[in-house]
Amino acid sequence: MTDVAHQNTETNNSVHDLVMGAGENQFLTFVLEQEEYAVDILRVQEIRGWESVTRIPNTPEYIRGVLNLRGAIVPIVDLRMRFNMKSIEYGVTTVIVVLKVMKEDGSGSRTMGIVVDGVSEVYSVPESEIKEAPDFGTKVRTEFIKGLATIDDKMVIIIDIDKMLNSDELAVVDSVSESTGQIKE
Amino acid sequence: MTKVLAVDDSASMRQMVSFTLKGAGYDVVEAKDGVEALGIAKTTSFNLVITDVNMPNMDGISLIRELRTLPDYKFIPMLMLTTESGTDKKTEGKAAGATGWIVKPFNPDQLLATIKRVIG
Amino acid sequence: MSIDLTQFQQTFFEESLEGLDDMEANLLQLEVGAVDNEQINSIFRAAHSIKGGSATFGFEQIAGFTHVLETLLDEMREGKRDVTSDSVDVLLQSVDILRSMINAIQHESTYDEERAAVIQSRLEIMLQDGMSPATVIPATHGVADVSHAGLGWNISFTPHASMMQTGNDTVRILRELEEFGELNTVVDTNNIPDFDDYIPENSYLSWQLELRTDANKSTIDDVFAWVEDECELTITPIVDIDTIGAVSSPQSESEPATNTDIKPSLTVAQTRESKAKSTKTTETASIRVGIDKVDALINMVGELVITQSMLNQFAEREEVTAAQIEQLKNGLGQLERNTRELQESVMSIRMLPISFIFSRFPRMVHDLSSKLGKQIELIMTGEGTELDKTVMEKIGDPLVHLVRNAIDHGVESPEERAEKGKSAVGKVNLNAYHQGGNIVIEIIDDGAGLDKNRLLNKAREKGLVREDDILSEEQIYQLIFTPGFSTAEIVSDVSGRGVGMDVVNKNIISLGGSIDIESKLEIGTTFRVRLPLTLAILDGQTVKVGDEVYIIPLVSIRESIQIKQDMVRQVGGDMEVFKLRDEYLPIIRLHQVFEIERAVEEFENGLLVVVEGSGRRVGLFVDELLGQQQVVIKSLDTNFKKMAGISGATILGDGSVAIIIDIPGMVNLASIQNRDVKRAIA
Repeated sequence: MTDVAHQNTETNNSVHDLVMGAGENQFLTFVLEQEEYAVDILRVQEIRGWESVTRIPNTPEYIRGVLNLRGAIVPIVDLRMRFNMKSIEYGVTTVIVVLKVMKEDGSGSRTMGIVVDGVSEVYSVPESEIKEAPDFGTKVRTEFIKGLATIDDKMVIIIDIDKMLNSDELAVVDSVSESTGQIKE
Repeated sequence: MTKVLAVDDSASMRQMVSFTLKGAGYDVVEAKDGVEALGIAKTTSFNLVITDVNMPNMDGISLIRELRTLPDYKFIPMLMLTTESGTDKKTEGKAAGATGWIVKPFNPDQLLATIKRVIG
Repeated sequence: MSIDLTQFQQTFFEESLEGLDDMEANLLQLEVGAVDNEQINSIFRAAHSIKGGSATFGFEQIAGFTHVLETLLDEMREGKRDVTSDSVDVLLQSVDILRSMINAIQHESTYDEERAAVIQSRLEIMLQDGMSPATVIPATHGVADVSHAGLGWNISFTPHASMMQTGNDTVRILRELEEFGELNTVVDTNNIPDFDDYIPENSYLSWQLELRTDANKSTIDDVFAWVEDECELTITPIVDIDTIGAVSSPQSESEPATNTDIKPSLTVAQTRESKAKSTKTTETASIRVGIDKVDALINMVGELVITQSMLNQFAEREEVTAAQIEQLKNGLGQLERNTRELQESVMSIRMLPISFIFSRFPRMVHDLSSKLGKQIELIMTGEGTELDKTVMEKIGDPLVHLVRNAIDHGVESPEERAEKGKSAVGKVNLNAYHQGGNIVIEIIDDGAGLDKNRLLNKAREKGLVREDDILSEEQIYQLIFTPGFSTAEIVSDVSGRGVGMDVVNKNIISLGGSIDIESKLEIGTTFRVRLPLTLAILDGQTVKVGDEVYIIPLVSIRESIQIKQDMVRQVGGDMEVFKLRDEYLPIIRLHQVFEIERAVEEFENGLLVVVEGSGRRVGLFVDELLGQQQVVIKSLDTNFKKMAGISGATILGDGSVAIIIDIPGMVNLASIQNRDVKRAIA
């Protein structure tokens, strides 16, 4: 991790650049356990304060439940729990970031929300500044990380939300309900 | 504005006729059979009637015959939409008071050209 | 002006398919009774409309096919041809062909061109064999028109007195002639009567016209075509002295294309052409709604606006008196009523009569019974019963299967029936009606009935039921829906068709419905399909478990009872059962399956909701019942995924989300252990 940070300090002046140019992406960053994570801003639909959700039975704990978002039923994932971090009481800065997630089979998108400690900023990062994630040393599973970027001497972890929110329990169609209606004698 | 009464039991033909005429600046009222058309004709006056021949309830020829008995429709041009095999129908229609006919199938340009013949 | 005709195609397809349905229905009735004129007429009219439309919108192969069909029907209509069962058969097959042609264009797929060609040639042969000579082929113009264009034409034109009364006008005709060249007119006014005798509506003039043009005679004929019977008309070529002997101009040019002849032939080239044309056709699902429904909607919106403006008054007031508060309450009540009514009528727009599905059965029964050598009388009642379009689209195939099944397995052969002392003609009754928020569709036959013992033995043989299992009558009947139960002995090729009764059952359950079976040996069988009227809303019972609120579909609830711990027996480990009358019901503690904390644990403090799904009952234990309300069903898998025991979610009045419980799913969860329960009790 230190290696990565070191590499990036050389170019950090040009990184912190809010003007969008060719090959640049804008990211919304948020905080989880003092670390900064980033998601593609184009995927962010809205940011709202925490409000109570309806629990869905028989789902992992990190799926907090579903929320009514202007008539749509939107599942909410607690990212701390998802990444096996220590849970904390939700406070005033706790927010839900509502994201558009592309389905893996390319059949469209769905809307999901993630609960994070708080949002921090919007950054522009040139494509060239995004480094590959190391396969160790982060609290987040490597497969969910799109890359790392250094912004103002801070390392920011860019999350691949499609991979993260489509993975295992969140996307697999439940086999029991598929067989609903068959007589199991 | 020139008002046209378009009568056909087929919705697609009605739409086509109506769309074509509206596009050419005519005011079009649609009816799906002779009975409906007669009812409309008695309350509104038209400059031209275009009617299909074969329709349920009241066919186009009976409609023309009925309309000709109304004072308002004595000289109004009335055109029948007929098929090429309908020579009998043309004669029958003429006897009932039809001004002329348009042979199906026709395209919008032919329709407009024929209409111009009667109402310029 | 150029107009894109493809925009009318969708309407054409819809009306043509409807026309074909009518045609088919009428054809089927023709066969049984004597020939009714109005029936033949409407059959003809359907073919006629399809021909006209297809020719107009450029579907030549359909136009070609219907042309032959129409000619044949025209002769039948005119009484020139008898209606035989053979001709009805060909006509019915023609309906099929046309349907497949339209579908092929609509979905850019192919149809059986070979079969179409066979049927078309059968129609053509029939036409030639007919009593009437060749069909009327118009020879109005274009026939051997040798009169070439020369200098022009001398026209003598004397309108009959009444010509103008058909809306024709001499001025119009003259103006048209002028377009072809140089027109010299000489008017003869000699026939104008004295003023006293003058009738302004009559035409008294006659004309001598000289038209210098290169237009040929048929072009001139066309101008007078509408009035040829209402005038004296002679048209002769202009002959100038100096051109005599120097004639010989090329062949007359072809006709203006006002009359495109339809060739009744099917060629590959034509098919391809029309496919290319149809690529522009985009299919958008549309729905035809009765004007009355639209009017009702408009009325309701009107009321809503009035209510809203009434309520608005209160917003402007600084202070409100007690009387005004009363008024405000009334207004809110009215608003609630308006909203509910509006919701109902918006929903009703999606509602269509079940005749949309029923109408295909006469044909199917006709074909199937003749194939199986059975005599069947099909009786349909309640065709006007409405249900949601989406439900309708999904229920067609299961119903077809059930009707096939009734004919194939239910009704016996005429011989067998005679032996049993039954009438040779078997009855299949299709009946639809509303019951609560459901539509019930019954398929009743008066056939052999289901043999309980045979079903049970079969199931035991197949290992679907254990030797010592005890099943209720209803449960035995439900066995026929078990996957793998249908065998050659039970389902023949007619009913088979690759789908079994298990698929039928599954499809109906997936729509939130159920199938009940009643049967009496030698008397007959009734399949009763129960379906929600719509998939969009549902009557729900809200229940509380811990801090959570759930919704149970009202249709699944049989009763709610309070029970005591000592009425509950513990069997097979942790399975609890409760004896309700003569039946043991497994109990599902909702707080357990859904892992809800802080819920009521003691039976005395909660409530047991007896629900039924897939023909089985279970007791759902909940904390308390809240209220009943209509809820809009939202799918959980739009943004998430399907979950066992959950059929969807809805949004409550306070904006929060409530989960809707999937009763059949829940019952099936319980039934895994169900068998062990029964054994323990027995």
